[in-house]
Amino acid sequence: MNALVVAGVLLVILGISYQTGWSRSRNLVTTNGVTVHSRPQYHGTFTALWAMLPALAVVLLWAWFGGDITRNYTVSLIPTDTVMSLDQMGLNNAINRINSLASGYGVTGELAPYEQAAGDALRSFNFITFAGSLILAIVAGGAGLLYARSQITARLRARNQVERAVNILLLACSAVAILTTVGIVASLVTEAFKFFTFINPIDFFFGTVWAPNNAGGTNHGQYGLLPLLSGTLMITAIAMLVAVPVGLMAAIYLSQYAPKSLRAVAKPLIEILAGIPTIVFGFFALVTVGPFLRDVGNAIGLQVSATSALTAGVVMGIMIIPFVSSLSDDILNQVPRTLRDGAYGLGATQSETIRNVLLPAALPGIVGAFLLAVSRAIGETMIVVLAAGNAPILRGNPLEPVSTITVSIVNQLTGDTDFTGPQSLVGFALGLTLFVVTLCLNIFALYIVRRFREQYE
Amino acid sequence: MATDIQTSSSASADRRKLVRSGLRRRHLNEQIFRGLGIAAIALALGFVALLFVDVFRKGIPAFIQSNVHLAVTYDPAVIDVGPAPARADFASEAEFNAASLKWQREVALLNWNTIVEASLRKALPEGYEITSRELLAIPETNARHAIREKFVSDPSLLGQTVEVDVLASANTANWVKGNIDRSLGDTQQQLSAPTRGLIDIFEENGTITNGFAWSIFTNVDSRSAPASAGLLGAFVGTLWMMLIVVVLAVPIGVAAAIYLEEFAPKSRLTDLIEVNINNLAAVPSIVFGLLGAAVFINWFHLPISAPLVGGLVLTLMTLPTIIIATRGALMGVSPALRQAALGMGASKTQMVFHHVLPVTFPSILTATILGVAHALGETAPLLLIGMKAFVASVPATPLDQAAALPVQIYLWQGNENRNFFEPRTAAAIMVLLGVMILLNGVAIYLRSRLEKRA
Amino acid sequence: MDMLAGKVKKTSQNLDSAMNPTDVLDRPIRLTARDVTVHYGAKQALHGISIDIPDRAVTAFIGPSGCGKSTFLRCINRMNDTIEGAKVGGTIKLDGEDIYAQDLDVVELRARIGMVFQKPNPFPKSIYDNVAYGPRIHGLARNKTDLDEIVVSSLRKAGLFEEVKDRLAEPGTGLSGGQQQRLCIARAIAVGPEVILMDEPCSALDPIATAVIEELIDELRENYTIVIVTHSMQQAARVSQRTAFFHLGNLIEQGQTEDIFTNPVNKQTQDYIMGRIG
Repeated sequence: MNALVVAGVLLVILGISYQTGWSRSRNLVTTNGVTVHSRPQYHGTFTALWAMLPALAVVLLWAWFGGDITRNYTVSLIPTDTVMSLDQMGLNNAINRINSLASGYGVTGELAPYEQAAGDALRSFNFITFAGSLILAIVAGGAGLLYARSQITARLRARNQVERAVNILLLACSAVAILTTVGIVASLVTEAFKFFTFINPIDFFFGTVWAPNNAGGTNHGQYGLLPLLSGTLMITAIAMLVAVPVGLMAAIYLSQYAPKSLRAVAKPLIEILAGIPTIVFGFFALVTVGPFLRDVGNAIGLQVSATSALTAGVVMGIMIIPFVSSLSDDILNQVPRTLRDGAYGLGATQSETIRNVLLPAALPGIVGAFLLAVSRAIGETMIVVLAAGNAPILRGNPLEPVSTITVSIVNQLTGDTDFTGPQSLVGFALGLTLFVVTLCLNIFALYIVRRFREQYE
Repeated sequence: MATDIQTSSSASADRRKLVRSGLRRRHLNEQIFRGLGIAAIALALGFVALLFVDVFRKGIPAFIQSNVHLAVTYDPAVIDVGPAPARADFASEAEFNAASLKWQREVALLNWNTIVEASLRKALPEGYEITSRELLAIPETNARHAIREKFVSDPSLLGQTVEVDVLASANTANWVKGNIDRSLGDTQQQLSAPTRGLIDIFEENGTITNGFAWSIFTNVDSRSAPASAGLLGAFVGTLWMMLIVVVLAVPIGVAAAIYLEEFAPKSRLTDLIEVNINNLAAVPSIVFGLLGAAVFINWFHLPISAPLVGGLVLTLMTLPTIIIATRGALMGVSPALRQAALGMGASKTQMVFHHVLPVTFPSILTATILGVAHALGETAPLLLIGMKAFVASVPATPLDQAAALPVQIYLWQGNENRNFFEPRTAAAIMVLLGVMILLNGVAIYLRSRLEKRA
Repeated sequence: MDMLAGKVKKTSQNLDSAMNPTDVLDRPIRLTARDVTVHYGAKQALHGISIDIPDRAVTAFIGPSGCGKSTFLRCINRMNDTIEGAKVGGTIKLDGEDIYAQDLDVVELRARIGMVFQKPNPFPKSIYDNVAYGPRIHGLARNKTDLDEIVVSSLRKAGLFEEVKDRLAEPGTGLSGGQQQRLCIARAIAVGPEVILMDEPCSALDPIATAVIEELIDELRENYTIVIVTHSMQQAARVSQRTAFFHLGNLIEQGQTEDIFTNPVNKQTQDYIMGRIG
C-alpha cells in the first residue's frame, strides 16, 4: 500500500516535471522564435532528471534507514525495565506484538499494560514519518524542478546533459560486472582469512584428513584439502575421458561428414544436453546410472558403489559433451579451407586430412576448449552432491565414494548466517581455492583460444 | 638412384602399384573413423533420449494420486466448541480478530482423527477387524486438516454429513500403484496386513479411486503428509526469482553491453572489464552462492532463504551471459546503418538507441530467455543462501522464505520414503524441464518471427 | 539457346584448327574433357567444356575472374567433390580412363594428378614433414632413407633445397610467400604425379617470387603435364605452350599460346587480350 503511494507520487513528479520542461521549451520557440539547441523532449527529460533525482534520494534514504529508526522508536515505547528483562528473541516478539497492534491486526494472549498505548503511539509515528518523508520528497523534487526550469534557455545544451546522464548510467551498469568480481574476491578473501585464523593454511592446503567437527566447541576438527582435491580431480578426469572422445568425434562428424539435414537435427538435439539443469543429471546419476554401474560391476565381479567417483564422473562427462563438441566445432570451422584442400590435393582420404592436418592445426584451440571444460567440471556441484557418495577420504579407487571441494562447500554452509567457526568459514577457503583454480584455467584457456583465432584471421 | 622421383612410365606404374596396395587399408581406416563419428553422435543422442525416457518413465506415475472417498459427519459430540464469533458482536476489528483466532485455536485442538476414523469405519465391510491406528494409516495425515478447514470456513456444517475426497497416504499410494513389492514379508512392509487387505477392498468397492494429481500443482511442500507434497510454493519462489532476474539482469546487462561496445574508450580499463566479464561467465555457480551468503546475507542482513537474495545471486550469475550475447549482437550491426544515422546528424546516443538497438532486439530477447532458462535450473548457489530449508508456504513477497523448483527436486530426492518420492522427484523434474523447454521454444519462435519481420 | 549452340560449334572448330603439325598437340594427349558441366545447386558454373591437354607441356587457362577456369581445373582432380552441392557432368579421361567412373578411387586419382593452390598452404608442420606427407600416406617410401631421398630430390626439383637444407625441421609456415609456394610444389612433386594442376600459383606473390616460380614451371615442363590457371596474360604467354580462354563458364577459344595472343579468332578473346573485359 505504502509502496504504491510512493510509486504514484514519484510518477506524478516525473510527469509534471517532464511536461514543464517540454512546454517551457516549446514556449521558447513559439514566443521568441529563436533557434533552440535541443529538442523539447530533451528539455523535458532534463527537467525530469533534476526533479526525480532529489525525490528518489529522499525515498531511498528513508527506505534504507527508516526501518532502524522505527525499531529504535518502538523499543523506546517499551518500559526500560521490561526491555532489560527480555533477551533478543523476547524483544523481537514484543516489537512484533506492538507492530501487530499498530497495524490494527489483533494479537493473541493478554495485553501487557503498556502495549495498547505503545501500539497507538507507533501507529501515529508511522503515519507521521511516512507523510513527512513523502512531503520531503515532493519538496526536494519541486526544488529540482524549479531550478531546472530556470535553466532552460535557447542555448541550454539539454541534449548533451541528458546524454551525459545516460552515459553515466550505462557506465554504472557495466561497473556492476566489476563490482561482482570485487565482491567475490572480497567476500572469499575476508572470510577465508578468518578461517585461517583458526586453522593453519599449511594444515589446510597439505592436510590429508578431512574431518570437521561440526558439533562446535573448542575442538574444530581437521580440515585437510587433499582428500577433496583428489576426489575433484578424479571425477574431472573421468568426466573428460567420457566427454572428450565423444564430444570431439561428434564435432568432427557433424562438421566434416554429416549431410546438412543430419547436422540441422543432431546439433540442437545434442545441445539440449547443455540446457538440462545439473540437478536433473544428479538425479539421473543417483537413481539410474549409479545402480546400473553397480550391477555391471557385480556381474563382472567388481565391487562398485552406486555412488562413486565413477558414477559422478560418467554423468558429468555426459553433461560436458555438448560443451566440448560445440567449442570444438567452432574451432574446426576456423581452420582455413585451403589447408584441407592441400591435403585432398595430395590424395589424402578425408580421415587422413582430419587426423593429420585439421586436428594438428586446430590443436591449440581444442586444448583451450578442453581446459574450459575441465574448469567447468571442477566447479560442477549438484551431480557430485548427489552421486559422488560424500566420502572425503584420500584414496585412489574410482569405484568407491569420494567427496569434492564443491560437495564440502555445500555440506559446511548449510545456510547458517553466523560465520563464526571454522566449520562454516572453511566453505569460503574452499571457495577461494576453487575460484583461483578455475580462474587460472579460464584465463589460460581463453588466452590460448584467442591466440589461435588471431593466427587464422 | 632408384628412389629418385622418376617420371618414366615404368616408374609411374611402380608408384601406382604402391599406392594401390595401400588403398584397402586406408579406406578401411576411413570407414572406421567415420564409424567412430557416427558412434559418438549416436552415443550423445542416446544419452539425451535415455535421460528423457528414464525421467518420464519414473515421473509419469506420480501424476496419478489415490483419493479416499469419505462420508464425513461433523459430530457435535466431538466438535464441542461454541459458535464462531461474528463481527457484529465486537467493537473493533482487532478484538474480532483476536476472538476469531481464539476460536480457531480451540477448533484445532479438537481430536479430528476420531471424525476421520468414524467416517472410515462407515466404509468398512461387515466384521472387518482393524485397529484405529491401522485404519488411520490409509488416508494422508493431513486429511483431518482438510476436513477441519472445511468446517472452519463453514461452521454451519455442524451435525451434517458431507461427501469429502481426501488424499490417500504415501504408503497407501505405494501399495495401490505397486511401487512396493507385494511379496515382501510383514516386517518389511510399511503397512500392516489388515491395512493392506483393507486397501485392496477399498480399491475394489470404489472408496479408493485414482485421479490426476492436481495436488502436485496446487499444494505446497509437506513432510508430515508426503502424499500432499506439491510444487506450488517452489514454483512461486522460482517465479519471484525469475522476475527479479528479468527486471535487473536485462536492463543492466544490455546497458553494460551498450556502454562497452559503443561508448567506452578503448583503454586498459575496458580491456580489463572485457577479460573480467569473460571470466565471470565461467566462474562456477557455487562461487556466486558464496558471494550471496557473505555479501547479501552476512553483510547486508537480507533475509535468509528469500527469493530476493536468490534473485540477486542469479542476476549476477546471468549478467555476463546477457552482456556477452548483447555485445555480439551489437557488433553484428552493419557499419552502414551507423554511418547513415550519424550522417543524418544524430548524436551517438541517438544513433545507438534509435537505430542500432532496435535491430538487435531479437538477439537480445533470445539471449535473455536463454539466460533466464539457465538461471531457472540453477541449484547450487541457492543451497548456500539457505534455500535448502523446508518451506511449507507460498511466498507472498520476495522477502518471504521460499523454495525453488530445482531446490525442491534436491529436497525430494533426499526424502527417506524413496518409493513414493522417487517418482515425485521425477515428476518435479518433468515440470522443470517442461518450463525450460517452453522458454526455449518461445525464444526460438520469437527469434524466427522477429527476424522475418526485420 | 542459339548463341550457346554457336559457341559449342565454334569450340569444336577450334579443336580441329588446332591440329597443325607444329602444335604441342602432336604429343600424346593425357587428358581429354568432353562437354563438362558443373552446377552449384541451381546455378550452372560451366557450360559444356571440351578440351585436350597434351603430355609434358604447359596448358594455361585464362579469362576474367569468375569465368569458370578454376572450377574446371578442380574438376580434373575431382576437388569439386569436397564442395557440398557441386555436380559435375560430361566426361574427363586421363589416359583414356574416365576419372568420374564409379569404380575409380579418388585417392589414387589425386596421387596421379597433383595440385598447387592459389594461396600457399603449407601444413602447420616442419618443412620436411610437409614434403614427406604425401609419400607417407601413400606408402611410397620403404624406409627412412627412401623418404629422405624423396624429400631432398623433391625440394631440389622445386628449387628450394639450397635455401632450406639447414632448417628442414623448422615449420613450413615460417618461410616467405614465394618459398612457401615452392614448398607446396615440392610437396605435390613428392607424390610423383603425372599431371600437376596449378590454380593461380603466383597471385599471392611479389614479382621476384613470381619470376622464380615461372622459371620453375618451365623446368618442370620437361617431366610433367602441367595445367595452370592464371589471371595474368603475360604469365600465360611466358610459361605456356597452349592457352584456353574461358568466359562466363564457356570455353571461348583454345590453341597455341602464340596464336591466341597474336591472332585470336574470337572477338571476346580479342577484347580480353586488349583489356576490354575482365
